[in-house]
This record gives sequence, structure tokens and C-alpha cells, in this order.
Amino acid sequence: MGLRGDAAVVGIAELKPVRKPEEPGRSTLDQWADLSRMALADAGIDAHEVDGIVTSSIREAPSFVPSTVAEYLGAQVNFAEYVDLGGATAAGMVWRAANAVELGLSDVVLCVAPSWPVPTPPDGWAPTPRGAFGASSGAYGSPQAEFDIPYGNLAQNCGYAMIAQRYGHEYGYDPEALAKIAVDQRTSACANPEAIFYGQPITVDDVLASRMIADPLHLLEIVMPCSGGAAVVVTSRERAARTPHRPVYVTGFGERLVFKTPTYAEDLMQTPIAAASDQAFAMAGVARSDVDMISVYDCYTITVLMTIEDAGFCPRGEGQRFVRTHDLTYRGDFPCNTHGGQLSFGQPGLAGGMSHVTEGARQVMGRAAGNQMARCDTAFVSGNGGIMSEQVALIFQGA
Amino acid sequence: MTTEKPLPVPTPVTRPFWDALREHRVRIQHCAGCERWVYYPRSHCPGCLSPTLEWRDISGEGTVYTFTVARAPTAPQFLDELPQKIAVVELDEGPKLTTTLVNIEPEAIRIGMRVRPVYDDVEGAEVTLLRYEPV
Repeated sequence: MGLRGDAAVVGIAELKPVRKPEEPGRSTLDQWADLSRMALADAGIDAHEVDGIVTSSIREAPSFVPSTVAEYLGAQVNFAEYVDLGGATAAGMVWRAANAVELGLSDVVLCVAPSWPVPTPPDGWAPTPRGAFGASSGAYGSPQAEFDIPYGNLAQNCGYAMIAQRYGHEYGYDPEALAKIAVDQRTSACANPEAIFYGQPITVDDVLASRMIADPLHLLEIVMPCSGGAAVVVTSRERAARTPHRPVYVTGFGERLVFKTPTYAEDLMQTPIAAASDQAFAMAGVARSDVDMISVYDCYTITVLMTIEDAGFCPRGEGQRFVRTHDLTYRGDFPCNTHGGQLSFGQPGLAGGMSHVTEGARQVMGRAAGNQMARCDTAFVSGNGGIMSEQVALIFQGA
Repeated sequence: MTTEKPLPVPTPVTRPFWDALREHRVRIQHCAGCERWVYYPRSHCPGCLSPTLEWRDISGEGTVYTFTVARAPTAPQFLDELPQKIAVVELDEGPKLTTTLVNIEPEAIRIGMRVRPVYDDVEGAEVTLLRYEPV
């Protein structure tokens, strides 16, 4: 089972995240086209070579999204995927693209995550339906609408908080270790001018002194939503040989979805990244000790902690000791989220998840800014959607 | 922004659960095929996909599996409930449910503590919410 490792990320586009964009919004389709253009330019690939697209939701069409995007791009594609995995969308896009390339379905696949505001519709338009309760669905017949939202268990914070509380009950809770994750990532962000918190170092005390949002999560342990956008190009080994950057081969992947609301998890402490990672490492034939850096989804500090454990970098329950005894910065002995993570780089919607893909690729390419590692040949990337309910693992390797 | 509380709207499948709560009883489903208790209510057993689930009354008692105390409202509609004491209760029969704890100070909440149902007849609505308090 698995990939041969013959598909590679060869181009990147990424907008600098901003808290409140001043320029007017752009349609998702406009953003799709523009990010595609930039990523293709970076790869030195012409638009007419695109024969695959991977998209998520767009604001302009509730269905038939891939064909809407392809038509807008003027692309004729052999492979058009719609990925709806929340924070795991970007990573999920990449392995699907790699599959399409290895199957010979496509030679150049665009994976794009536009995350800039869209224009406000003129008066008279019916308002675009939007989730009033974050990722929780308030639709009629939705289990969440009936059994969770009425009790205030909605959106993300309280779900992650309850996971963290349970973790503490089973393994003990070390607030300083959790805070150190945010601090180390901020240190890397301070070497990355693209990060939204560039130039703003923090300490463990700052994290612990920040406002308690939902016990035990402090404000500085929670991502800050912002705007941005990101994309990558995946192509064949043959085509990659004629591109300007070091190709980043996707040599393993795994994906697992287990629930929507944490309340109903069979075992809340067994996160889906465990199975996804085991598959990815086995497929790539790579050991955990071969990994030079991890770029793992970090909506909250607890997500990073449990991913380090469940992806197999340390035993279950020992993550806090592991974090305390390792330097997670780009110059450390266990580099983690060297762009700052979404906690410090920013979380521009789905492009926040894509930032883990772009950073893993960038480190392998050797194209990061002041946060570039001395050498990076193998990266572990994770995506995470919902409330640790759907997760994706990727192995990136330089040639 | 509306401050109206989001309330459950029963479906034909879930109606027996909500009807029982109106009578201050807890009734959940049981699958004879795989000897599994089922919550939340649904049309098919999440274990074996059997479409024949039986409604059974239970005590509703259980233990706190996990919880959080939300210091910022999880949605504007819950501003008046701060701090929100949101919990997952593991029923003695096995399934877990989402609830809010009442009649307890946030600092006193412990994972593993025994809790029992509190039937909250929502004023002005034909619905009863299932909240919990310490035994």
C-alpha cells in the first residue's frame, strides 16, 4: 500500500497574514486564481500545464465547486477534489494531489486555500448562510444543534479545554510545559518576518498571566484568527527535475476521522493522528528518529502536546516532560512549527493549516527566512480538523 | 446579534427522548443486537447499524468524564451563564453526554465525581434540558 514517493511540492504562494485587511474583499474564486498564479510562478510552471485541482468550500457556490473553480481558471483537469476536513483540509489536499500524480491522473495539481475576506453583497441579496456557532452545525436535525449547542458546548475552545482537562486527569497537567510550546513557537516567529507576531517575544509567565478563556486554556494558548491565503503545487518527479527549487517528495500519508463532537469519542485520549502517523511512517519507510522537524497543527497548545505523543515522538503521557527537556525552536534539538505555528504565525482560515505544509516544504527546500534550520531533509506535517476529530499526517522528504 | 438561546428542536427520531425529559425521566436507546446503549438518539445503532433500537428508562446518573469552566461566553447567547460549567457526563450505562453542571461552584468540580439529573423546564418553551448536579 502507498505512495512510491514520486510526487513533490515544487511551488509555494503565501500571503502575509494580517489582522484586519484594509483592501476590499475578493471573491474566493478571485483568490483561487491569484494564489494559483503565484504558486505556479514560484514553480516556474505555466498555467496551461495544470491538469488537477484540489479545493475546499468557496463562498460563491454551494455545490459543483471543483468545476466552478476549473472553469474560472480556464483549466481542464483530470482530477478535481473537494476536501472538507477543516484544519486538516490542506494536508488532506496534498496527499490527494500526490496520489493523482502517482496514478498518472495529473501532472500538475494545484492545492489552494483562499482565506481572505470576500466582498459584502449589495443590499437586497439574501445573506450568505454562515455558521453562527463556529464549526458546530446549528442546522435542523444536526446532533450538535440538539444535544450540544443548547448547553453551550459549541465552537472550538470548550471542546479543546475539555480534552486538556481529561488529559490532566489521566497524566497530570503541567501548565508551564504547555506554555513553553507557545513560547518556543513565538521564538521561531520572531525569526520569521512573515509571522503576525514577528517582533513580539513572549515568556512562560506571559502565557500563564494571559486571560483564562476556558479552564485550563489561556488566551496565549489559543490561535488568533486572521486573514491570509496559501497554496502549493504538486508535480511528478520528471516535471520536478525542471523546476528551480529542491523538490519536496511526499513519501507517506495517513488520514483518520473518528467523530465530530468530542463528547461522543470512544476514547478521547486516543487522537486520530496516532493511526494516521503510523500509516504515514510505514508507507514512507521512515523512522521517527529520521524526522528533522515537525510542522504540526497547533490550534491550541494541547493539540501540539498530544500530537507529539500520539504521532510517536514520545510515549503517551510523557509529552510534558519531553517539551520541557527539548528546545522546540528552529535552532533547537526538536524543531516544531518553525514558522511560529498558527499560534504565532497566525491562523488565516484554512491557510493556517496550509502553513504547516508550506513550512515543512520550505524547510526542506531551504527557503525559510531567519528561521531556516541548518539542514532539513525530512519533515513531519500534520493537519487537524474539528476538535481533534479528523487528522492527517504527511512525510516530506528532500531528494 | 440575537441573544435568544439556541434550544433543541426534536426530530421524529429524537422525540421520545425529549418527551421523557418533559416528564422528568431519562430515556435512551438500547440495541438488543449488540447489547449497546446508544446516545444521542438516532435511527440506527452506531455499532451494528441495526434500525431497531428500543427505548428504555434509566436513572440518568453518572460521573463527570471531563469539564471546562468557560470564562468567556462560548457564544453571545450564553453571556448570562458565565462562568459556564460545561461538562461531559458518562452515564452508568456507558454513553457520554454533553451537559451543564448546576448547584456547584466551579472550583468544586472534579473529574470522576458522581452527578444526577436536574430537569430544567425552559421557561416559555416546550422543552426540558438535562442538566446535572452533584449527588
